[in-house]
Amino acid sequence: MGYEFQPDFGTPASRADVDVTLSIDGRSVTVPAGTTVMRAAAEAGLAIPKLCATDTLKPFGSCRLCLVEVEGARGTPASCTTPVAEAMVVRTDSDRLRRLRRGVMELYLTDHPADCSACAEGDCEVLAQADAAGLRTVRYGPGADHQCEAMDVSNPYFDFDPAKCIVCSRCVRACDEIQGTFALTIDGRGFGSKVAAGLPSDDFLSSECVSCGACVQACPTGALQERSVKELGMPDRAIVTTCGYCGVGCTFRAEMQGEQLVRMVPWKDGKANRGHSCVKGRFAWGYANHKERILNPMIRASIDEPWREVSWGEAFAHAASELKRIQATYGRLSIGGITSSRCTNEETFLVQKLVRAGFQNNNVDTCARVCHSPTGYGLKTTLGTSAGTQDFDSVEQCDVMMVIGANPTDGHPVFASRMKQRLRQGAKLIVIDPRRIDLVRAPHVEAAHHLPLRPGTNVAVLTAMAHVVITEGLADEAFVRARCDWDAYCDWAAFVADARHSPEALAPVTLVDPPALRAAARLYATGGNAAIYYGLGVTEHSQGSSAVIALANLAMATGNFGRPGVGVNPLRGQNNVQGSCDMGSFPHELSGYRHIADPALRALFEADWGVPLDPEPGLRIPNMLDAAVDGAFKALYVQGEDILQSDPNTKHVAAGLAAMECVIVHDLFLNETANYAHIFLPGSTFLEKDGTFVNAERRIQPVRKVMAPLNGFEDWQVTQGLANALGLGWTYTHPSEIMDEIARLTPTFAGVSFAKLDELGSIQWPCNDAAPEGTPVMHVDSFVRGKGRFVVTEYIPTDEKTGPRYPMLLTTGRILSQYNVGAQTRRTANTVWHPEDLLEIHPHDAEQHGLKEGDWAKLASRSGETTLRVTVTDRVAPGVVYTTFHHPATQANVVTTEYSDWATSCPEYKVTAVQVSPSNGPTEWQEDYEALTERSRRISAEAAE
Amino acid sequence: MSGSLERLIYMANQIARNLATDADPVAATAQHIRSFWDPRMRAMILAHLAEGGSGLDPTSRAALLRLREAA
Ligand code: SF4
Ligand code: SF4
Ligand code: FES
Repeated sequence: MGYEFQPDFGTPASRADVDVTLSIDGRSVTVPAGTTVMRAAAEAGLAIPKLCATDTLKPFGSCRLCLVEVEGARGTPASCTTPVAEAMVVRTDSDRLRRLRRGVMELYLTDHPADCSACAEGDCEVLAQADAAGLRTVRYGPGADHQCEAMDVSNPYFDFDPAKCIVCSRCVRACDEIQGTFALTIDGRGFGSKVAAGLPSDDFLSSECVSCGACVQACPTGALQERSVKELGMPDRAIVTTCGYCGVGCTFRAEMQGEQLVRMVPWKDGKANRGHSCVKGRFAWGYANHKERILNPMIRASIDEPWREVSWGEAFAHAASELKRIQATYGRLSIGGITSSRCTNEETFLVQKLVRAGFQNNNVDTCARVCHSPTGYGLKTTLGTSAGTQDFDSVEQCDVMMVIGANPTDGHPVFASRMKQRLRQGAKLIVIDPRRIDLVRAPHVEAAHHLPLRPGTNVAVLTAMAHVVITEGLADEAFVRARCDWDAYCDWAAFVADARHSPEALAPVTLVDPPALRAAARLYATGGNAAIYYGLGVTEHSQGSSAVIALANLAMATGNFGRPGVGVNPLRGQNNVQGSCDMGSFPHELSGYRHIADPALRALFEADWGVPLDPEPGLRIPNMLDAAVDGAFKALYVQGEDILQSDPNTKHVAAGLAAMECVIVHDLFLNETANYAHIFLPGSTFLEKDGTFVNAERRIQPVRKVMAPLNGFEDWQVTQGLANALGLGWTYTHPSEIMDEIARLTPTFAGVSFAKLDELGSIQWPCNDAAPEGTPVMHVDSFVRGKGRFVVTEYIPTDEKTGPRYPMLLTTGRILSQYNVGAQTRRTANTVWHPEDLLEIHPHDAEQHGLKEGDWAKLASRSGETTLRVTVTDRVAPGVVYTTFHHPATQANVVTTEYSDWATSCPEYKVTAVQVSPSNGPTEWQEDYEALTERSRRISAEAAE
Repeated sequence: MSGSLERLIYMANQIARNLATDADPVAATAQHIRSFWDPRMRAMILAHLAEGGSGLDPTSRAALLRLREAA
């Protein structure tokens, strides 16, 4: 199949449900009311020439190329700004129109380079439109033009060439309307007007630009163009696939030249992203071909030895014999596995199957342990299912957004753009976060309330909000009576109404201004459709599960479930963290969140897999490490996770790994965990495999293989190789067969198949006979568990306390350009935005500690210490410091503690008592660790046997 | 006392504290531990209980006693 651009209907689709019929060039055309004449014509296959219009942006009406004749109307209206009307008669082509369009195009061409490379490549609409307007020659001689202006090459991924710019404002409007960053302006007037990023002294890199690529996508010429297209030329084919980075799950067209990826272009039909993207998915895919990727399996007897490359056969045989030896020596329960939230559902399902059916125990866990396991527990307890309640489109009908413990503009950028669109339309915003996240004040967006609470007091704040709702009579009792367990509600209402839970009584604990908290609670309860969006700032606490339950309580009490615009929505971190949980990656449950102790359920799986299953729950990651230190847990297969860098208390993780006899790391790179590994199995990227991911809105989306795996195998094939070396006799030939197995064993996936995904594009689970095309909004008529269950959540302060030695609180997070442990993004040009982790500190604290911008600081906690540079900012409150964990050199997790959520053991990353002091360089641990890394990454020169 | 036993005692107490507002905190704590702890963890804390169970709060102790009876 050859390359085609995505269709462009010129203006956005109308959502009206009334139809209008008109005549265009003698053809009868029926479209929804509110559609423009341009779009109506395009849908009927009649392309009207255009330059300033594109269907991702509101009509603008500046280029005057799209003129048409309308019977009975004066002049020649612009079709992009003229709505259709019943019985309208439109002509898109006539001598007069052609003459007018030629005139317009001629003016554009006099200032467009004759040798425009993008035109020549077919990536410029100007020539095409000149052709469409019937223009062959330009009558005006060369005059003043913009051909000598310098290119802006500051952005690592795209260039701006003013010579090719036709000042159609599409880029400016894309940045404003779609991305919401407002980084671009048109400077000057008339001939002097030109596109500018930021202030006159700025270039793209130094401006507010976040490199989302929306302007590049909107630009009709080669003025804004991906550098990869300049270097490689235009693609010759395109395949739709899903981003491998975050839980938004944007879909992209991977645009290829043979096996070479040329660019990733957001897919307009993508239901999660609606044609938008962020810098990671759009541009940061260079890691896929990074020279540090490991392509051959390797083994070594001890972690002090260099690695030795071996054949796949030898690696599998060695791994299987080690696993068998260890089980024979230390018992069946002495080994386990970790599934990846970055791999596909099919791959994850196979890893947990390997553990349950092959290792014959339930020692399987996943990195959701350290992020959203409390979401699973909290939402299952209250609502009956472990997932967010809405689709992303729901935000368009929301009147009040409550964002708690999430930083969407960095963590979930594409969804944040949609939130900002809705906020600019007038929805109200409540932000509950210790930091003043960017959303609190963005261009044309201002939070109605920002409650900067003390880290660790979410439950107290939410209880105080519930207190206001109940004591001020703001609850939706009719909803509660109809949909929830009334007795449990009464107990809960009496509990929260207690005077000790008033905002005033709790203020000394939460540090939140009581009138502000009251106002926020009133707005949430009475402002119309209210939706909660939350992130790891809710879950990663010793009361993470309680806070999730408190959110569900609040939403039930105010009737905010079961329709678009409301709900409780976890913003999930990694691309497939929802899916990895859905697939039964937790040690106590099989796919679809069903407890392993259920004999009927086990019987179903036992019949399908032909092996008996262990009815006892297995070990969670932290308990695996504890058991390893105790000498009871000896081998671990880790697919696509870097627990050494991502899990808390690095020294303890290192001790656990070092105590094991066989650590098998299956990954793209020699990550930090691999420093302690004995067997390395090379992994494949999301570009090299078929499968599916599930995003934060439960949307199952296809991942398609656009190039052959560099290491020779997709990850599911590697797991199958290992399973078969253990004698399991698996015979999967394609991931679709694994999905068929998942569907047959998992009621929420019962209706899912690759064929249906190809047909529908994506499916939100549950998908079954009752909902054959999936379920955008859950809990519509009743909750999954029947009656919604209120659960009392007593605020219990964390045991991680500040004191004289550790007087400040550290909280951690991430930033836009880097992803998780950074293994992928650190290997791309994204490092220009974030070359190192920085410690954010309030100006008062900085002064007290004698620290200035850029100074080295030592960050010490009860667990350990590290050093990093400081940045002084009042976005953190006094007494609070903040950093990210993207870089192994910093090792922020050396400092975090082992305190964790009471119900799920999710670590308390968001609260660590620390001491900050000036420093002049790395700590001893950092130096020792660097030496260990260097030693551990040696690969012996000897070839495979 | 090894580090992981200390952690188990801490976990049991933490669960009990957070389930204190449940209608039957002892049963809820016992059920939580039964549902989410692997057999070795349970055996370890029950062995500790048999040795006197120092460090266990009253609710977590009662819950473990109940688990032992059920076993
Ligand atoms: S890349 Fe995105 S943020 Fe930057 S100028 Fe373009 S649209 Fe605006
Ligand atoms: S990282 Fe997330 S927001 Fe960015 S393109 Fe990928 S899925 Fe979309
Ligand atoms: S496309 Fe209609 S005025 Fe530019």
